[in-house]
Amino acid sequence: MAEAAIQLIGINKSFGPVRANRDINLEVERGTIHGIIGENGAGKSTLMSILYGFYQADSGEVRVGGKPIAINTPNDAIAVGIGMVHQHFMLVENFTVIENVILGAEGEALLKSSISKARSELQRLEREYGLEVDPDAVIEELPVGLQQRVEILKALYRGADILILDEPTGVLTPAEADHLFRILKMLKDQGKTVVLITHKLREIMAITDTVSVMRQGTMVATRKTSETTVEELAELMVGRRVLLRVEKGEPRPADVKLSVSNLTVRDSRGVVMVDDVSLDVHAGEIVGIAGVAGNGQSELLEAIAGTRNAEAGTVMLDGRPVDVTGHVDPGELRDRGLAHVPEDRHHVGLVLAFEEAENSILGYHDKPQYLRGPFLNIEAIHADARDKIAKYDIRPASDRLKTANFSGGNQQKIVLAREMEQDPTVLLVGQPTRGVDVGAIEFIHKRLIAMRDAGKAVLLVSVELDEIRSLSDRILVMFAGRIVGERGPDASEGELGLLMAGVEQREAAE
Amino acid sequence: MSAPFARLPRWADYGLIPVINLIVAFLVAGIVVLLVGENPIDAAGILVKGAFGSGQNIAYTLYYATSFIFTGLAVAVAFHCGLFNIGGEGQAYIAGLGVAVVCLTFDGVLPWWLTFPLAIAAAAAVGAAWAFIPAYLQARRGSHIVITTIMFNFIAASAMVYLLVGPLKPAGSMAPQTRDFLAGAQLPKLGWVLEAMGMSVRSAPLNISFLLALLMAWAVWLLIWRTKLGYEMRTFGFSPKAARYAGISDVRMIIIGMLISGGLAGMMALNPIMGDQHHMTLDFVAGAGFVGIAVALMGRSHPAGIVPAAVLFGVLYQGGAELAFEMPNISRDMIVIIQGLVILFAGALEHMFRPYVQTVFASLSPRTMGVPAPKGEGA
Repeated sequence: MAEAAIQLIGINKSFGPVRANRDINLEVERGTIHGIIGENGAGKSTLMSILYGFYQADSGEVRVGGKPIAINTPNDAIAVGIGMVHQHFMLVENFTVIENVILGAEGEALLKSSISKARSELQRLEREYGLEVDPDAVIEELPVGLQQRVEILKALYRGADILILDEPTGVLTPAEADHLFRILKMLKDQGKTVVLITHKLREIMAITDTVSVMRQGTMVATRKTSETTVEELAELMVGRRVLLRVEKGEPRPADVKLSVSNLTVRDSRGVVMVDDVSLDVHAGEIVGIAGVAGNGQSELLEAIAGTRNAEAGTVMLDGRPVDVTGHVDPGELRDRGLAHVPEDRHHVGLVLAFEEAENSILGYHDKPQYLRGPFLNIEAIHADARDKIAKYDIRPASDRLKTANFSGGNQQKIVLAREMEQDPTVLLVGQPTRGVDVGAIEFIHKRLIAMRDAGKAVLLVSVELDEIRSLSDRILVMFAGRIVGERGPDASEGELGLLMAGVEQREAAE
Repeated sequence: MSAPFARLPRWADYGLIPVINLIVAFLVAGIVVLLVGENPIDAAGILVKGAFGSGQNIAYTLYYATSFIFTGLAVAVAFHCGLFNIGGEGQAYIAGLGVAVVCLTFDGVLPWWLTFPLAIAAAAAVGAAWAFIPAYLQARRGSHIVITTIMFNFIAASAMVYLLVGPLKPAGSMAPQTRDFLAGAQLPKLGWVLEAMGMSVRSAPLNISFLLALLMAWAVWLLIWRTKLGYEMRTFGFSPKAARYAGISDVRMIIIGMLISGGLAGMMALNPIMGDQHHMTLDFVAGAGFVGIAVALMGRSHPAGIVPAAVLFGVLYQGGAELAFEMPNISRDMIVIIQGLVILFAGALEHMFRPYVQTVFASLSPRTMGVPAPKGEGA
């Protein structure tokens, strides 16, 4: 067995009474790609934060290259050659690539010498690892895939031998993800060690040498990737057998319930985010909108839901127009049968400081069954919340617990229960399973299919291509604010990936 | 990376932490007293005795507390709406105009129990009107409410000086104040309650507006936690985006929230004008609007916390006055320093000791608190 780059021995970490990590033992071999997989809240990020010096373990030992060391701050981690690429990039958006790379390692008071040093170093890294990026480009003008490359460069520039990547593919197109994997393989061939944190089984199978599975704060198994299967890993993650494929019958589409024509939406900076989009959603079908995050899907959904003003275009809800360009009241749309599961449940779909029951009426709080004159009908609200908790298996089953204390999956179930139980005509769903664990994903997917089969018109926006493919009856692909193609549910991933990257459109233009 | 936050039991959150903050504030204040060459233990004794030592002292303490309850509630209602109303001082000051006009008009015609409701309505209406302008500017023009409400304090102060040395001053008088009200605009004192308990009260100004303050505390609780409007205000206060999503109008929330806040601040004017001085004089608010901010912070914007916090500041006002009188080295300004320390520790540094308390609680009794760990499948 090769030498261990990292050894974690008996790591424990508690936040109050919550044991985020218990007795974790992990050994990462030098020169390998080691995957860490687990549901949200399984403790993966906590473990890596301990390794990178954001948190200190309550007990246990960290060894790097065989030597026990204390990592109290990220600087300690960098000093022993550990670099981290965060899920949310830590880049200064209006700095150039080279300025970001030297940030925190500027050297002297004057930048000239460190910049020229960084420039030659970047050229070397580019040669060795194929990490091409223009050193003078401004970060905010770079696509997400390149921004991530800058993060990797930053770590390597600081001399990282061990690279930790936290959910690196969440923001990438399939093509960009493939490119990232090629880079990681190249890093491995050069003797670097890569730790990849993800909840996507497919990535683990595609790229890792070894995989460790975490569940509820413990390390439940470590396997050679070549000797395991997707089914086994899923079962280890959840602790029971999981259905990875969604079972659904043929759609029975009926009348058009939601019709969008020539919709154009600008964001607050005046940039056109949705560009002349038209689409129809029939009762009894799920229409999926695929696309890389930031290509206008969010704005499209918000404009239809009335939480963002459109510049031009019309939306017909059940045959009657919605004033999307003027004053539109989301509350009125709700009364007309439009339910909306927003993409951002933390800031939009829920008020995290509220008790569960208070969130179970958000947006429907002026329905007569929840009121008694100007007063809230507290008993009715709580009884209703308890019903939904039982029906949607929301855990812990407490209607008085603060919403912030529920896990991501259960928070999402609170939103879904609220929106679905109002028996809407049209259901808008944004990122229904973002940050949601595998067990809850299965539940949520089943519910969405059930809504479809009950004759609802469902418009689904998701950056998870697998989700779009397995749920949708029709797939629309969005790129740069436009719908660039429509495909059936059996479209291949590669075909959709090309559309999502805007390839076909560009070729057509030439 | 979501680090779960440990939760404290309610009694610790609302009781223990404020008490710890207070103790630290008084310890630091004790050091200040020591530095000016006085014995801090003696000083504390005089302070407490000055606030509670006799029926009269208690009545004074509660008289001050009355004003602070009104202004504290005003700040709290705005807080729940996500707004920081620093203009309680000016809103209360201008509202005195409403009280004075009602009193000067009806004091010879109506009995007090008819003048009082009219004065309440006038005080609330004028206070709300003064708060409406910054609210409108925030809601429609995006002018920051903190800036505009501060500015409106100055405008209110200047306007009142003009009125009190001009139109409102009786001819021939040298003092910048209105004429004295007749019996029809003088609120009954509450001293007899304390006297019935065997204490001597003499002429302390505690009056029936104390009961109005308690009634308003209850009304604010009802509004915030039991009505649809309160639900909408809290939603908007916690998350404007969620409010938009839920179909709650931001313009409506800002304006209604500030009207209620201004109305509550305005009612503070009743206490000194109708309850004590029986005329309106310059600067009768005397900083109560600003103390209301500290009271609301310390009371965690909950009426059940605001009332005791207001009493505490009443203690500091009344006991502090006695202290300045008894100890020559401790001036009126020293009292302000002590009040400042309480505000610092109870308000601004509210969360300083929280992590330690949480650690202690976590190690003592893991089951009484915290995020229930997800159990079993599907969690």
